[in-house]
Amino acid sequence: MESREPIIQVEGLTKHYDQVMAVNGISFSVYRGEIFGLLGPNGAGKTTTLEIIETLRKKTSGKVLVTGLSVDNKSSEIKKRIGVQLQSAGYYPNLTLWELLKLFSGLYNRKTDRNELLKSVGLEEKAYAHFKQLSGGQKQRFSICTTLINNPEIIFLDEPTTGLDPQARRNLWELILAIRKSGTTIVITTHYMDEAEELCDRVAVVEKGKIIAQDSPAQLIENLVRSGFTRKKEVRNANLEDVFLSLTGKEWRDE
Amino acid sequence: MNREEKQYSQWTAMLAISRASFRSITRSPSAVIFTIAFPLVFIIAFGFINPGRIKLEVGLHPGSDTSSAIYRSFILTPNVKLVKDQGLGLLESGLNKGRLDALLFIHPPDSTRVAGRVVEVITSKSSREKGRFVESILTNIIDKGNLAFLKARIHSEKYLEHEGGLTEFRETEIAGREYKMIDFILPGQLGFSILSAGVFGTAFVFFSLRQTLVLKRFFATPVKRSFIILGEALSRLVFQVIGAIIIILIGKFAFGFTLIHGVVTVLNMLILSAIGLIVFMGFGFVVSGIAKNESVIPPIANIVTLPQFLLSGTFFPVDVFPDWLQSISRALPLTYLNDALRQVAFEGAGLTDVLTPLLFILGWGVVVYALAVRFFRWE
Repeated sequence: MESREPIIQVEGLTKHYDQVMAVNGISFSVYRGEIFGLLGPNGAGKTTTLEIIETLRKKTSGKVLVTGLSVDNKSSEIKKRIGVQLQSAGYYPNLTLWELLKLFSGLYNRKTDRNELLKSVGLEEKAYAHFKQLSGGQKQRFSICTTLINNPEIIFLDEPTTGLDPQARRNLWELILAIRKSGTTIVITTHYMDEAEELCDRVAVVEKGKIIAQDSPAQLIENLVRSGFTRKKEVRNANLEDVFLSLTGKEWRDE
Repeated sequence: MNREEKQYSQWTAMLAISRASFRSITRSPSAVIFTIAFPLVFIIAFGFINPGRIKLEVGLHPGSDTSSAIYRSFILTPNVKLVKDQGLGLLESGLNKGRLDALLFIHPPDSTRVAGRVVEVITSKSSREKGRFVESILTNIIDKGNLAFLKARIHSEKYLEHEGGLTEFRETEIAGREYKMIDFILPGQLGFSILSAGVFGTAFVFFSLRQTLVLKRFFATPVKRSFIILGEALSRLVFQVIGAIIIILIGKFAFGFTLIHGVVTVLNMLILSAIGLIVFMGFGFVVSGIAKNESVIPPIANIVTLPQFLLSGTFFPVDVFPDWLQSISRALPLTYLNDALRQVAFEGAGLTDVLTPLLFILGWGVVVYALAVRFFRWE
């Protein structure tokens, strides 16, 4: 489906905090145009890995290339080519979304069509609202909106759906898939497996600072089934979330 | 992916931050209150204060004839405090600075003159109204004496002759300027507003930008950290300068604040304010760095601002304190900013004339920024 050109290459990445080994020799590649998932429980080292690739954090050792540029000496070049959505990031106080987009346009030295940007994340009605007045889903959509300003080659989403209700989650998935469709590579962290299965072309499972599995979701499931795994419960044709969504509807409702 | 490859400008990014930050400040009630409302309230309160009971402090020239009837009458006048036993130099400088309302010289009798005695009153524009008051008290006393003397002459009565006959009254006004309450209060309030905006504003803004990951989101863009600080500093500077202009204009047109060289004086005051703000922002960086959580910012910031509020000549001159307290006052940067502002505004000093206080403030700046580099935290 995608060309197999690696856009991110990570080799033997480690990160120590004093005595703690947060990332312990991670290697993986992300290919242009795919959605790549970093999965794992809280504290596994997902965010640290992401922040090193985003050039927000220094690594202890290893090699990291983003769009062929090394994070060691090309961090400002890399920053121009990527978009970063932080876990629970705040925005400048007392400003409207419209003004915040102007701020970020300046920070990226870009001329932007703010209407178009807001429309692309379904927030055109909220141009004059303040960030803190938005619902959880709207906040995440706005965060993603700010990552699109510089027309990036890669965007990084750190647990974008944590804390959202099922409708908001599904809306965000649609948004993420739409962004990928426009040609942007997406790296996402999550600890929701249904989300990874729905969105990701390939995933890496991180545990205690190491990658313990890496493949497409379908292949990983296939591997497990082949090893003789069976679910304890019989699989039904629907689950409670399907019930909830069919009862309450799927439309965007975080007004 | 088509991408325009042009030179990235840190300045464009910095200006974007300044613009956003300035908007944010103008919408933050605390910033507006600290910078404009508080100083104005104090200025208005003090601007309307008239000293209720007039107390006169009159210096007595060391050569005065204290055996004269005029002297005896004068010391009986209510609300007059006579400053005696001081050297002439000290008395004159007191008069100049407005500490004394008038200087009285009752010459010894001189029988070679038509008017046998001369009484001289020197007043200063520094306290013009009180000086007038002293003059009218004296002319009153002298007129009565003269009248009595003339009556006595007409009736050939001799008993007044030992007073030396007629008394001549001389008045001189020295070239002090009229020093109003507003001339003292306004620079102090301006200085204090700069201090509190610099310390509180900077500490809160950087603490909360750090806590809410606004700074971290900035780091994910190509802007450099130094330009983030520059952008923030620029917006605060612009806001504070606008605040200073408003305060000075209200002081000038509502309360007759003295601006010796007009616009030049205002510009000098604004430059001093800007330098002061930059130095005080250093305190803010330190506070934002050492504060572990938001609720400890006010106490720590108050440790910096409150002593200066009370001891740096904001409300009363530093001279009124006992010596040991004065030596503390003389170590605080706001004292020097207030001094420099007053000299520029009231005495028409240029920036080179206030080099000493300016160097002192800059010295504090060096110390504070050394600490800020040590304590400031980005994350």
